[in-house]
Parts: sequence; structure tokens; C-alpha cells
Amino acid sequence: MAFLDIEHLEKSYGTTKVVKDFNLGVEKGEFVSFLGPSGCGKTTTLRMVAGFETPSQGSIRIDGRDMARLRPNQRNIGMVFQSYALFPNLTVAQNVAFGLKVAGKKRELIEERVAEMLDTIGLSDLGARYPFQLSGGQQQRVALARALAVRPQVLLLDEPLSALDAKIRVSLRGEIRAIQKKLGITTIYVTHDQEEALSMSDRIVVMHQGIADQVGTPFEIYNRPTTRFVANFVGTLTLLEAEVLDPALGKVRIGDTEAVLGRALPAGKVTLAVRPEMISLGSAPGRETEVTGRIVDVDFLGSVIRLRAKIGDAVVAFDTFNSSHSVPPKVGASVTLSLAASDLLLIGE
Amino acid sequence: MKRLVSWAVLVAGMGYFILPLVGLTEFSLSMRRGEYSFDAYAAVLADPTFRQTFSYSVIMALLTIAFGVLLVVPTAYWVRLKLPRLRPYVEFVTLLPLVIPAIVIVFGYIRMFNTSSWLPLTGSTTGTNLLLMFGYATLSLPYMYRAVDTGLRTIDVATLTEAAQILGAGWVTILARLILPNVLVAVLSGAFVTFAIVIGEFTLAALLNRPAFGPYLQLMGANRAYEPMALAVIAFAITWACMGLIQLVTRFSKHTKAAR
Repeated sequence: MAFLDIEHLEKSYGTTKVVKDFNLGVEKGEFVSFLGPSGCGKTTTLRMVAGFETPSQGSIRIDGRDMARLRPNQRNIGMVFQSYALFPNLTVAQNVAFGLKVAGKKRELIEERVAEMLDTIGLSDLGARYPFQLSGGQQQRVALARALAVRPQVLLLDEPLSALDAKIRVSLRGEIRAIQKKLGITTIYVTHDQEEALSMSDRIVVMHQGIADQVGTPFEIYNRPTTRFVANFVGTLTLLEAEVLDPALGKVRIGDTEAVLGRALPAGKVTLAVRPEMISLGSAPGRETEVTGRIVDVDFLGSVIRLRAKIGDAVVAFDTFNSSHSVPPKVGASVTLSLAASDLLLIGE
Repeated sequence: MKRLVSWAVLVAGMGYFILPLVGLTEFSLSMRRGEYSFDAYAAVLADPTFRQTFSYSVIMALLTIAFGVLLVVPTAYWVRLKLPRLRPYVEFVTLLPLVIPAIVIVFGYIRMFNTSSWLPLTGSTTGTNLLLMFGYATLSLPYMYRAVDTGLRTIDVATLTEAAQILGAGWVTILARLILPNVLVAVLSGAFVTFAIVIGEFTLAALLNRPAFGPYLQLMGANRAYEPMALAVIAFAITWACMGLIQLVTRFSKHTKAAR
């Protein structure tokens, strides 16, 4: 049994089921992200773990203990909210000390723990300030320190970075991961930002319409998406409809081009997918399948340039590195693209 | 032209409100023939009945405020947190004292809680005082509820409650250490309005036969010339002091100095 065990969890509001038969085991010290679009049920699942929502069905166990009858204030869970939720009438130090005071800890222990937590988040000199005197990033760090001060058995983070600007988001996600690793705390992180989930997590649960579509490591989720939704949601992917000519060899026809994937495929029609970085502009060693197409779109993204080329009926996205020495092809230009057929992903429904 | 009209309206308005006050104050200072003096004020302040009734009303006002806070803060908080669909109905109920005259309320009380009723509150001084306090709380309910509800609107009640709950806090801790301090300015403004209402209230106190400041004002008005005017000026000063205190509290509240 895992440290945090969620079994057959369901939540309905009236006739609408927002979480459907959700199962997950999280090991002690693991960092798991719930990733999905708005309304997919990820926050509802998190709130059921916290105790703010009552499951319609299923069970949640932490360290073997059933959470069903426990109120949120009895679960020993830490939570960081999207809107920080710092108490405006308390200073930074008082905010961090709040949970310890409520638990009736001794004054010396509270002072020691507050100093330790403020040091961990790098805000030791701001203990006397009020929340309104801090920036968004500082407020979220205080919220993290407050959640961790009570030494919870599980830490829940509900889109904690979504209200911050891009640069702070990147630096803070590194800090959160470092603190989580240092303390070894079991963590569930809710986000709709795939980059956040991919960069921080030990495992990702991709959620769609209340269902856990795929659970896997960031590498598995990105490189081996098992459903069409995961393939579309995580990263940029071009879906290609193909006809299997030889199921044993994995020989397929995509438009006018034939390719051999070198692995067994189901007979009939299949959906294949290709990521932008799997395609090279021009010939490339190891990428034996070549196709020609016409550029329909050019997006300058800074370090890379994303291009889209029309090949037959499909529009395929691919990337090239930006270089001051080479000019990317213009819209309308004819190009040759190459890829390794074995890189093509088989997508299920 | 538009500017001239604005000034004319302002001057007319100020004249409408200030001139009676000036007249009142001038008359209250005219007790001694041919010169201005504070004789009327000295006579009022020297009157033991004034001190007695004023003290009684101040104590009743403080009790009413305490009761009002205990009743309204948890109610407004709970409605906002758990029963938002009931808000229009609760607001309607809290506004009823504005349309139901105090005399109706007090006759209702007397009928319900007289000495031959199942709860004979009017049979004892303490019981009648309690009844009077409930009556004052009812009269000030529209102001107190609105003030607290407006205060609650400025904070994210649901998220703050959840943040406190997950840190182990129970309902009493949440209300006492988070909600109340964060709506303190609103509560105080409601409290000062309540104070002003209780100090001048006549109907409830007179019909429940309690020695409050309102009936004393009426009694003086019926029998003396200058002293009632001095009392009216004192009552105005108390009301304005309350309003000034609201401003002061708002200004010096530490955590509300900047927009959240």
C-alpha cells in the first residue's frame, strides 16, 4: 500500500460527475502533479484529499489511516492556495506561527520553527512585515513556509504559481522543488501548466473530464502519450492518420509517403503522432524518411523558431534553432523534412 | 453658470443643516441674560439624574454592542461562507426594523414577555434590562449587519477559512483570531452607530420604564427652556465623536493601510 492511497474516488454535483473512478498511490516523499485543463477535476480531487469536499464514493488513506471521518483540521495536511491566503491581520512571522500556536506548541519551539522556516524560504529579515507589504512571490513563499511549519504528512499545492509573472514562476518552481526534496515531504501539485508539471514532478497524472487519462513519469508522459488527449495536451504534437500496410513490420502509409516504424502495429487505420523536435529541416543523419512540403506559418519563439509545413492534407509543426547566421524559410517556401519513422508515436483513443 | 448653481446648492444645503445647529447652540448659551454662558451646561452636568441616565444608557449601549457583535459577526460570516443563497432573505430580515416602528416592537415584547407569560422578563429589573438590550440590538441590526457584511466582502472569507482549517484551527479560533480582526473596522463602525442609536433612543426605554437618557431628554424638553438645548448639543457632540472615532480607527488600522 502506498503512503497516500486514493481508491475509486468519485465526486458528483447533482447529476454531474466531476471526478470518475480516480485511483492513485503516492509513495512517501514523492512529488506528483495533477495536470489538466480547467474543469478536469484536478482541484476537486485535491480538495477531497484536503477534506474540503466530501467524496461521493471511494476512499483516501494516508499512512494507512482512512481520512473519511476526519475534518480538514484533523488531517495534518499542509496546503498552499493559488491566492496565497495569507492572514492579512498577521505579520509574516505570525502567519508562519499560526498552525503551531493552534496546535498549542511551546513558545520556544514556535520561535525556533518560524526562524527555521523563514530561513528556508530566504525571508528571515521580513518576519515583521504584513502580507500587503510583500510582493506576490514573497507572499507565496510565506504561504509555503506556513504550510510546512506544522510538519504536515502531505503537502498540497493548488496552482500556487499561476498568479505570478513568468520569470518569478520559473525561479519559484525550482525553489519549491528544492525545499520539497530537502524535507522529503509527500507532495501533490495541481497545475494546468505542462512545463511546471514536467520540470518539477516525479510523476504526473494527466486528468481529462474527471478521469486520470495517464499516470507516468514526465519522460513517459511526454514521449509515450497513451491517449489522444494526453498527446494533444502535453507539448505540441502533430497527429497523422495512417493506414497500416504490414502490421508485423509496422509499415504504414501516411498520405503519399510510406514509412516503416520497425515495431508491430494493429491492422487497419491508426493515428500516429510526431513532436516538432523529431523533425529536421532538410536531410539529417538517422532520419531516413523524407517528405516535401510548403511552409504555411513561421513563429519566432526566441531560441527556437517553430514552423508549420503543409504535407499532403496534414499540417506538420517542427522546430529549428535560432541562429543569427541562417535565415529561416519564409511562408510559401518549398522544404524537405526528414524524420526517423521509429520516432512516430502510436496514439490510442 | 454650472459652477454658480453648484455653489448655491452647497450653501443652501449647509444653511439647511448648520443654521438650526447654530441657533440651537446660541440659545443653549443664552441662559444668563445679556451675555453668553455655559450655565445651562453646568446645570445639566450637575443634575444627578443626567449622570444616572447617561451612565445607564452608556452601559446599555456597550452591552448592546457586545450582543450585536456576537450575534451578527458569526451570522454574516456563516451566511457568506455556507449559505450564500440565503443572503437576500437574511438581508431582508435585518432591514425589517427600519420599517417596523419601535413602538410595535416594544408592544410585541410586552405582550410576549409580560408577568403572566411563559417567560416573564418584564417582572424583574434584570429581565426588563435584558429585553431593552434585545430591543436596542434589533433597532441597530440593519446598520450592524450591513457594516459587518461590507467588511466581510473585502476579504476572501472562504479561502482564509480553508487556510486556517488546514492549519488545524476550529470555528472559534477562525472567528476570533481571523475573521473578527479582519472586519474590526467594519464592526467598530457598526458599533459606533449602535452607540449613537442607543444613547438617544426614547420609545423602547420609556415604554419599558427604564431610566435611560432618551426619556430624560424628553422630560427635560417638556419642563425646561435652556437645559434641553444644552443636552441636544451634548448629544450631537457624542454622535459626531462616534463618527470621528470611526475615521480614526480606519486610519490607524495597521493591516488595512494599503489595498489588499
